[in-house]
Amino acid sequence: MNIVAIGLALDLAFGLLALAVAVFALRARTTYAAVVGFVSFGVLLALVWFRLGAPDVALTEAAIGGGLTGLLMLNASAVLRATEAAAAAEPRRPGVRLVALLAAATVAGGLAAAVLALPSPAPTLAPLAVAGAPATGLGNPVAATLMAFRATDTLLEMVVLVLALVGVWSLTRDDLWGGRPGRRHQADSKGVLVFFARLLLPVGVVFAVFLLFVGADQPGGAFQGGTVLAALWLLAIMARLADTPAIDQRWLRFWLIAGPAVFVAVGLAGLAFGVGFLGYPEPWAKPIILAVEIVKIVSVGVTLALLVAGPPMRPRGDDR
Amino acid sequence: MTPLQILSAVLIGAGVFFFVAGTVGLLRFPDTLTRLHALTKADNLGIGLIVLGLLPFAANALVALKLILIWILVLLASSTVSQLAGFAARREGRQR
Repeated sequence: MNIVAIGLALDLAFGLLALAVAVFALRARTTYAAVVGFVSFGVLLALVWFRLGAPDVALTEAAIGGGLTGLLMLNASAVLRATEAAAAAEPRRPGVRLVALLAAATVAGGLAAAVLALPSPAPTLAPLAVAGAPATGLGNPVAATLMAFRATDTLLEMVVLVLALVGVWSLTRDDLWGGRPGRRHQADSKGVLVFFARLLLPVGVVFAVFLLFVGADQPGGAFQGGTVLAALWLLAIMARLADTPAIDQRWLRFWLIAGPAVFVAVGLAGLAFGVGFLGYPEPWAKPIILAVEIVKIVSVGVTLALLVAGPPMRPRGDDR
Repeated sequence: MTPLQILSAVLIGAGVFFFVAGTVGLLRFPDTLTRLHALTKADNLGIGLIVLGLLPFAANALVALKLILIWILVLLASSTVSQLAGFAARREGRQR
């Protein structure tokens, strides 16, 4: 067997496995099992993206698609566990299921038709992005696309994250507004989790900064680095080395909006200097992008961690 | 095949064996603690042997160091998680 055939077999195996896991997640009887299926699906999908030569997408899928979204769903399934039996006992409404099936089939069919209708080779702007990347001072054309050519998309993604957090916070009970998110965690101060957190935190921070800087020339960047920071913060909270901050703290609000705000400020400055919204004057492109990315990694980290932490559940005085 | 390639193939093959064995154990063993026992063999020996097998073919010393770092981090994470899962299983007294 030559290397091409092995690669093809591997791709087929990943594709079929991903489909099988997707079916498992949809058919699972409990919410918890479905979430486990969803996370496994995310990992498999990351492998598929990697095999397609898109390591940037693979990293994001593994960190945000599988990891962070999976964690959010895991939390949700824990909250819903008490109502699971009642929900399962409800009479099934075949009409609703039929409508859902039709809607899903229409979307999937439309997407499939669109992909199949593409001429071969598919139209692409990739050569343009690769040719234009040196002007931004970035060696990774994906980073150049996200931070320069399509910077508006990236800006809006950051705004969406903040909006999602506003949505989560809006579920707060009135008397707990301004309190601390999540329940109080139990942890043995001499236990393995605390040991693990103490050991991993410094290593993880170095890794997050590494991801940020390596993102200029290789797969990585502020989003992936921010996800690592968020995970570390949550680990410290779970190990009770830190507590979730009360959500009315000034510094917290500041870092939530710092990323999008700096991005917008840079965009407006581009207008003032005549290079257009979110355009960068050429010799300054790399330092400006780096500055935005440094603020962004903190903002993304804080926002993602608070998204997972959920709405406030205890008054702000409720610390240890 | 050079001797180095043969050594590498043997090490990676052994690593894959431990992964398969660990997975079979995870699926077949009767309760949480024995399943954890099977799983940690896959994590420790499986990844360790595969990293050892890949080391001779690392492009440079930096890549080799990263491979070893991955191994150490996986060891650390899997041993912590299996401890926590073991504690949780004992606390709930539910040894399914």
